[in-house]
Amino acid sequence: MSPTSYIAKQVADLKPSGIRRFFDLAAQMEDVISLGVGEPDFVTPWNFIEHSFHSLEQGYTSYTENAGMIELRQEISQFLKQNYHVTYNPEDQVIVTVGASQAIDLALRAIVNPGDEVIVVEPSFVAYTPTVTLAGGTPVTIQTRAEDDFKLQPEQLEEAITPNTKAIILCNPNNPTGTYLNKKELEPLAAVIEKHDLLVLSDEIYAKLTYDDDYTSFAALKSMQERTILISGFSKAFAMTGWRLGYAAGPAEIIAAMVKIHQYTMMCAPTMAQHAALEALKNGRQSVQDMMESYKQRRNFIVSSLNEIGLSCPNPGGAFYTFPSIQATGLTSGEFAEQLLEEEQVAVVPGDVFGENGEGYIRCSYATSLHQLDEAMERMERFVRKKM
Amino acid sequence: MNEVEIELLKIIEKNANLEVEKIAKLMNKEVDEIRELIQRLEKEKAILGYSTLIDWAKVMQFEEVTAMVDVKVTPARGVGFDKVAERIYRFPEVKAVYLMSGAYDLSVSVQGSTMMEIGNFISEKLSALDSVLSTTTHFILKKYKHDGIILQDDDDDDKRIVVSP
Ligand SMILES: Cc1ncc(COP(=O)(O)O)c(C=O)c1O
Repeated sequence: MSPTSYIAKQVADLKPSGIRRFFDLAAQMEDVISLGVGEPDFVTPWNFIEHSFHSLEQGYTSYTENAGMIELRQEISQFLKQNYHVTYNPEDQVIVTVGASQAIDLALRAIVNPGDEVIVVEPSFVAYTPTVTLAGGTPVTIQTRAEDDFKLQPEQLEEAITPNTKAIILCNPNNPTGTYLNKKELEPLAAVIEKHDLLVLSDEIYAKLTYDDDYTSFAALKSMQERTILISGFSKAFAMTGWRLGYAAGPAEIIAAMVKIHQYTMMCAPTMAQHAALEALKNGRQSVQDMMESYKQRRNFIVSSLNEIGLSCPNPGGAFYTFPSIQATGLTSGEFAEQLLEEEQVAVVPGDVFGENGEGYIRCSYATSLHQLDEAMERMERFVRKKM
Repeated sequence: MNEVEIELLKIIEKNANLEVEKIAKLMNKEVDEIRELIQRLEKEKAILGYSTLIDWAKVMQFEEVTAMVDVKVTPARGVGFDKVAERIYRFPEVKAVYLMSGAYDLSVSVQGSTMMEIGNFISEKLSALDSVLSTTTHFILKKYKHDGIILQDDDDDDKRIVVSP
């Protein structure tokens, strides 16, 4: 038998990520300015790093509790309460995970039975549909519309729900569009969710990176806390992608189920990273604020530059992505991204990687120094002028 | 100062070289508004000047020596330390002067192209001032961080992979 034939069907059938393919292309080239990265350009603030060193010097090099250090879970509860006015018991309603990525995986594995449908709102973070599939569920996608600024409409949600629908994954602010839903826009969605008795995986990893409005956690909406698994982490707002640290907060029964899987598959999140996160929550406020301000300025910069170039782009409310339309060039997203990379050495991610309604768009991250952004915009302008 | 002014000052403090058009874009404001604001802040002396931080150690032909000099002085009647400080900070060799609490009164940073040059300045000019009682000179051997900027910082090279989710 060939090795391929041993691969489990579920895995064999998964499409490789479009991001991966594009990474391979970009990695072969030199002097690339990348607007293709989904992570901060800031190095982790020094005090978090220093605290992690210190924990190692003190000998904290062993496993922690499965659900994560209790001090950290306490700080996470405190953070959620102070920032979003949602109260969680750190003892049994919070789990520390290996990135928000693992929290998503655990949540899905904890709740999905074969045949259960989980709604994914596209354009979406690339991991949602595959993790639903790997958990044995059936992903059902909703295509949000550009004319709604890619905001999910309650009617669209209503339409996608079937008797088999168990849960919906919401990402607010959204990767890749940067779309941000405020309280008023979330409430009608919550009403539909309650009516159909659905569970919500609310991925709020970009919550601290919203620019013009007070953030409302989905769990803070009326009667939503008991049906929400709030997922977040330290990667984005705290500039800690490489530390692999995230968390989930939710009803005790569901968190207990997630801890059960976690203890057999992962044991616990990295101890040194948990110590860094402790410092991040205790003394990281100013650093997060400073980075946020800098992203906001760069957002203003890139949005007005893209519009000037003729790539129409709404002003995204959060995260560090813009999702401009490239339809005026007559190219597909894939063609645009590939030719831009070849001709001008600027890497962006084609929008169709995030769902079929992403076709006609590209994702440009502005988590890049102003200097680089500026140069990227010049190159992109030159490129677009040639194509139009 | 309002929020817009503070944001503007923070931006140009980091990079005084930025074009007004770009500052306006970053702040989501009109170019004229930003231009006027800068002019006003200059007039109000909230903006005192625009300088460039250069790592002279990288400039091969240019030898630069800096000394930090602890100076004890007798304050003058009526004007305290200010008059002495002024006589010191007027010298072009002097790059910074601070009034200090503790073992000495003024901390003076002096720059020159050789140690000899600085030595001459201190013995002939600084120490010769009437109110200067004593000086203790410390030469700077290596600069690691200056004005909040880490010299020879490698944080600028992007260690991220080119495309990521
Ligand atoms: C929406 C969203 N959720 C989760 C993640 C994964 O984050 P982590 O590094 O915490 O696993 C990402 C990373 O790109 C993301 O964009």
